[in-house]
Amino acid sequence: MKANPPSTRADLNVDLYRTLYLIRSAEAGIRKYYHEDGMKTPMHMSMGEEAIVAGVCKALGSDSQVYGSYRSHALYLTKTGDTDGFFAEMYGKITGPARGKAGSMHMSSPVQGLMCCAAVVASTIPLAVGTAFANKARSTGRLTAVFFGDGAMDAGVFWESLNSACVMRLPVAFVCEDNDLAVHTPRRQRQGYASAASVASQFDCAVFESDSTDVEEIHRVATQAANEMRNSGRPAFLRLKWYRYLEHVGINEDFDAGYRSKDEYLQWLKVDPIALQREKLLREAWIEAGKLAEFERGVDQQVERSIQSAKAAPYSQKSELFEGLFG
Amino acid sequence: MRTTTFCEALNEATVQEMARDDRVFVYGIGVPDHKKIFGSTEHILERFGPTRCVDTPISEDCMTGFGLGAAINGLRPIHIHIRVDFLLLAMNQLANMVSSFSYGSAGRMQVPMVIRAVVGRGWGQGYQHSKTMHSAFAHIPGLKVVAPTTVADAKGLLVSAIRDDNPVLVLEHRWLYWQQGNLPDGDYTVRIGEPNVIRKGSDITIIATSWMNVEAVRAAEILARRGVQVEIVDPRTLAPLEDEMLVASVEKTGHCIVADNDWSYCGFGAEVAARIAEKCFGRLKSPVTRIGFAHVPCPTSRHLENEFYPNAVQLIRAVEAKLGLSPTDLGGENFYSHENRFKGPF
Repeated sequence: MKANPPSTRADLNVDLYRTLYLIRSAEAGIRKYYHEDGMKTPMHMSMGEEAIVAGVCKALGSDSQVYGSYRSHALYLTKTGDTDGFFAEMYGKITGPARGKAGSMHMSSPVQGLMCCAAVVASTIPLAVGTAFANKARSTGRLTAVFFGDGAMDAGVFWESLNSACVMRLPVAFVCEDNDLAVHTPRRQRQGYASAASVASQFDCAVFESDSTDVEEIHRVATQAANEMRNSGRPAFLRLKWYRYLEHVGINEDFDAGYRSKDEYLQWLKVDPIALQREKLLREAWIEAGKLAEFERGVDQQVERSIQSAKAAPYSQKSELFEGLFG
Repeated sequence: MRTTTFCEALNEATVQEMARDDRVFVYGIGVPDHKKIFGSTEHILERFGPTRCVDTPISEDCMTGFGLGAAINGLRPIHIHIRVDFLLLAMNQLANMVSSFSYGSAGRMQVPMVIRAVVGRGWGQGYQHSKTMHSAFAHIPGLKVVAPTTVADAKGLLVSAIRDDNPVLVLEHRWLYWQQGNLPDGDYTVRIGEPNVIRKGSDITIIATSWMNVEAVRAAEILARRGVQVEIVDPRTLAPLEDEMLVASVEKTGHCIVADNDWSYCGFGAEVAARIAEKCFGRLKSPVTRIGFAHVPCPTSRHLENEFYPNAVQLIRAVEAKLGLSPTDLGGENFYSHENRFKGPF
């Protein structure tokens, strides 16, 4: 899936669609097989947020280092394109990147820049600040980003981290994936301020906002943020909107639970990031319909192959339990 | 070999390692200020500049994750806390992130970070400026925990901690900062894990941590005058614990007192006592005795604080009880008094 740097708007958009489709297809694979109980790991699905991860990661460059939350699927697949490792880890097999020790909530691929994901809200945010400090100290020119939900802004360590990054002038992007929910609790019951972006703008950082689900638009905003970080050395705060299609954890819809309505979901589905981008590619004739369908079939087949090979792969030896405590 | 202080040994280790490896940096609240963490960070700002001697916001939680993020990206941070109590704000990072990072990456990443924290005591430090917590930290798999006692340990263990590719907590007792002792010259290290026989003896073993070694040495000196030979073994590394030297000592003497500079309940002393009981069962001439902090928060008022902390007198009485000896007359003895040298405030 690694493409060369896109040279034209068409290339960029096709490239972004590749990432969006890969994420969506892989998660469709999870939904297809999860009931078999082979993937024994709590799934926090990325469905609905794909454009944020794909757009921001593309804008920051393939050498950027990123951190995420337990909602890790989009981030792992965007940074690696690796469906074999992805599913092997979901199935807890030795062929997974963490040999089955991490599972869905702790995906990482440090060589490709996904440093870690964590199961405790907000816990990776300060790591991104430290990584940006190291990049500045070592003059690597690499950018760092951390992705978190709006619920993480309820945690003290978010504010500690934003403050520290601003006072230390570090090139780190705080990317708030705002779905208005912390598990099932809406923002108005949790946050004693009207606008996250306006509060963040009181800090010495560059602030960006978008409610768009158009991956190209998100890429444009994130490119501005990347330029700002490179030029001024200051951190960036991005508040980007999305709608969580599925339950907080698990593979099902939960509109019968009463905390949100299916109508709301159907409104958001009209601007689904994958459908939106697909329509755009065809409308602008950046790719032929046949070639597009062929690409999608190829990805679906790749996902299916990865699932089958993960199922067939062995578990680690029991002695693996004690491996890797210290490096 | 030179005579120096525990504090100067910490400083020497840090300066030496920062000169040797430009990936090493120190940071924390007040690290570069004029107080220099009781003097242990002297000369660092002047010699290495503000990018390697970093003051921070009062954000221990963030700053611990910050160290982790730097450690996995090419640097070797040393995070300093002037009190262990402040480090508790970072318990999420320690227990959920730092400790599990190498394991959760299946060995793809290493975490070369050091956390230094000072154990306060005396002159009214009270219950939020005097905790040790080493048992709690040692309980978490993936953290190495060391507690240097001697001047040589201060340098040797800190150098080893800085060179270690894993997270190491170095817990430094404030009262030890002034202790004078011999420091070997050159590139001196103490291997993490290796205990130290502080005093040889044949009648009874005291396994002591941190300041309790000072109390144990005083107790042993007094008991030696009536012919009781106390062996004192300092584990120095609380996690991972290597117990062979501890077991060998108790197999020789048949009696064991564990004197831990922490609460006894669910503590490191309980771990040591359990291991001695398991491994020396047939050779023990008396049950293992545990001595540690009273199971209450540390009170501020001096007369209550005296009751809270175990001391040399308590150790002497425990030895006498185990060996069936009459009480030694301690009327003319001098014991360490912090107030004789320290008038506060911190």
